[in-house]
Amino acid sequence: MKRALNIGLPIVALVLVVWGAYQGLAVAPAERMMGEVYRIMYVHVPTAMMSLLAPTVVCIASLAYLMKSTRAADALAEAGAEVSVLFSTLCLVTGSIFGRPTWGVWWTWDPRLTSVAILWIAFIGYLALRRFVDDPDKRATWSAVTAIIISVDVPIVYFSVKWWNSLHQMQSNPSTVDPRMAGPLRINITAWFLVFLALLWTRYRIGRAEQDREQSTPTGEPKAVLRMSS
Amino acid sequence: MFVRLVDVSKRYGGRWAVARVSLELDRSAVVLLTGDNGAGKTTLLKIIATLQRPTSGEVELFGVRALDNLKSVRRRLGLITHQAHLYFDLTARENLLLVARLTGGDPQAVDGLLARVGLADRRSQLVRTMSAGQKRRVSVAKLLLQRPQIALLDEPFTQLDPGGVELMEEVVRELRGAGSLVILATHDIDRGKALADAHLTLAQGTAESLTKVAA
Amino acid sequence: MTFVGEVLTLVAKDLRLEWRSRARINATLFFALLTLLLFSFAAGPAQALQAANAPGYLWLALLLSSVLLLGESLRIELENDSLEALRAMAVDARALFVSKALTNALFCFLLGVVLVPVAVGLYGAEVKLGFPRLVGVVALGTLAIAAPGTLYATIAVQIRARDVLLPLLLFPVLVPGLLASVRASSLIMQGDPMDQTGSWLLLLAVFDALYWILCTLMYGRVIED
Repeated sequence: MKRALNIGLPIVALVLVVWGAYQGLAVAPAERMMGEVYRIMYVHVPTAMMSLLAPTVVCIASLAYLMKSTRAADALAEAGAEVSVLFSTLCLVTGSIFGRPTWGVWWTWDPRLTSVAILWIAFIGYLALRRFVDDPDKRATWSAVTAIIISVDVPIVYFSVKWWNSLHQMQSNPSTVDPRMAGPLRINITAWFLVFLALLWTRYRIGRAEQDREQSTPTGEPKAVLRMSS
Repeated sequence: MFVRLVDVSKRYGGRWAVARVSLELDRSAVVLLTGDNGAGKTTLLKIIATLQRPTSGEVELFGVRALDNLKSVRRRLGLITHQAHLYFDLTARENLLLVARLTGGDPQAVDGLLARVGLADRRSQLVRTMSAGQKRRVSVAKLLLQRPQIALLDEPFTQLDPGGVELMEEVVRELRGAGSLVILATHDIDRGKALADAHLTLAQGTAESLTKVAA
Repeated sequence: MTFVGEVLTLVAKDLRLEWRSRARINATLFFALLTLLLFSFAAGPAQALQAANAPGYLWLALLLSSVLLLGESLRIELENDSLEALRAMAVDARALFVSKALTNALFCFLLGVVLVPVAVGLYGAEVKLGFPRLVGVVALGTLAIAAPGTLYATIAVQIRARDVLLPLLLFPVLVPGLLASVRASSLIMQGDPMDQTGSWLLLLAVFDALYWILCTLMYGRVIED
């Protein structure tokens, strides 16, 4: 079962990504206003979704760690944070490439864009913090606290930037686009979701293996209890 | 029961600073703690002081789980460590008044205690400008102010002049006489043995023996 | 001792320590003033541009110098393991947080109060709605810096890369607080025909409340684990 997950999941994810790319590039029709350029949406929209899903995983795992202090939760949080940085990078890069021909700019202070940018830099800080703390318990607690502070921040960033300035088309999801585009988009979302799961799972296993190396009790038998003689 | 350690270990920088220590100290006594440099004396004292969490194992103080009862347990602990645990930009007197306020000690007693540790004329001097031995004397006054039921003393004699060492010995006997448990880590084994009821030895993080000291 | 009693005792201790090392506070103040000066060089001599950007420069100068204050205020607690000493004396972690964050907020606020007239004069800006309101924004804005700032400084001073890590952790989180402070300040300085200042202040107040509560609750875990 575990083995199927370890190897099968990445393979299925890869196959679906290739198929999704084919669907998006060759099968889906060109867009009326944007022409061929819009096809980057088939990568941009799924990565944008995953770049919000990953921090959610980190937040939940961090809350679980603060409540139960289980090391598995810490490993999941770390995995989620790395995946989060990866997907927000992809989301920002594809977004820029998408934005240049359609809005005429590489970057704009749109609330969603800004929120993802903040998430990106905040989780880079989170990962840097993890690197600098040697004590595993301190590392886990401090990074959990950091993750929760970041998670509370993101909705406030979103609303504050929305008030500040807004310019972005409605979110693209299968129900708002042409039905012939909806199919390929669904495939791509599923494909990238599986990529997300495969990366998360693999990184989580590595984290658990690292924890096992930092064993939690010394080897050997417990020593006899020393008492004061009367 | 003053101190009960159940299979306590602490991992530190990739190795076990304290490994599988199980220990019961159930009555008022002076326990001498010895071991080579790096044997884990300081870490063990910090774990008993609830200031470091053991990686595994259980710490009970006064019959309750220490980490679940930090507030009540810490009120009855006192310690002297390598670091002064003082604010260097406060005077000796201000430091002790702060301790008195935060721990419910008697602020009226502060001047008397400073006189007792031989700092009567230096009570308004910033700790930063004091010599190492004088700083240590302020820590001794702090210990006397707290009157702890468990006193954890990590190398308390270092940096003290002969008069200061005598004072420290007197304080240890006094705490013992008042029914406290004193754990005294020192390399000065002869001096320690003269004070101690029991002798605990550590080697590479492991508690080797706990033996009675002949009077 | 009651919670409030502990907080007041600790704040009194912090104020006394800061007073003894007031040279450091002075140096921070001059750093902040210098930053204001540098911004005007960066913007060029056009008076109108400087006046328009004055609120932003003010808050950036305040933010940069606050980071120095935050780092120092926690460094003195680590100097002789004083933080450990406070823990050993069974001081309530929440009282410890509230006292530290209050002292930090106070000093950042005082810094801001000095910077406001200097920024107004230096950049040739106006304050159409009056200084008292602007000082109010400075108060709310520095509360926003102080809460997460104190918590992150406590973590940062205990690790190797403390000087880089504090801003790296703190600045992204402060984006909404900073945005609201700058917007509210610029509306107060340049006029507010649409009456928007209130909503920015509300956002800032919500930010303050959330982070003061959250950080107070989590501080115990930060210093005990």
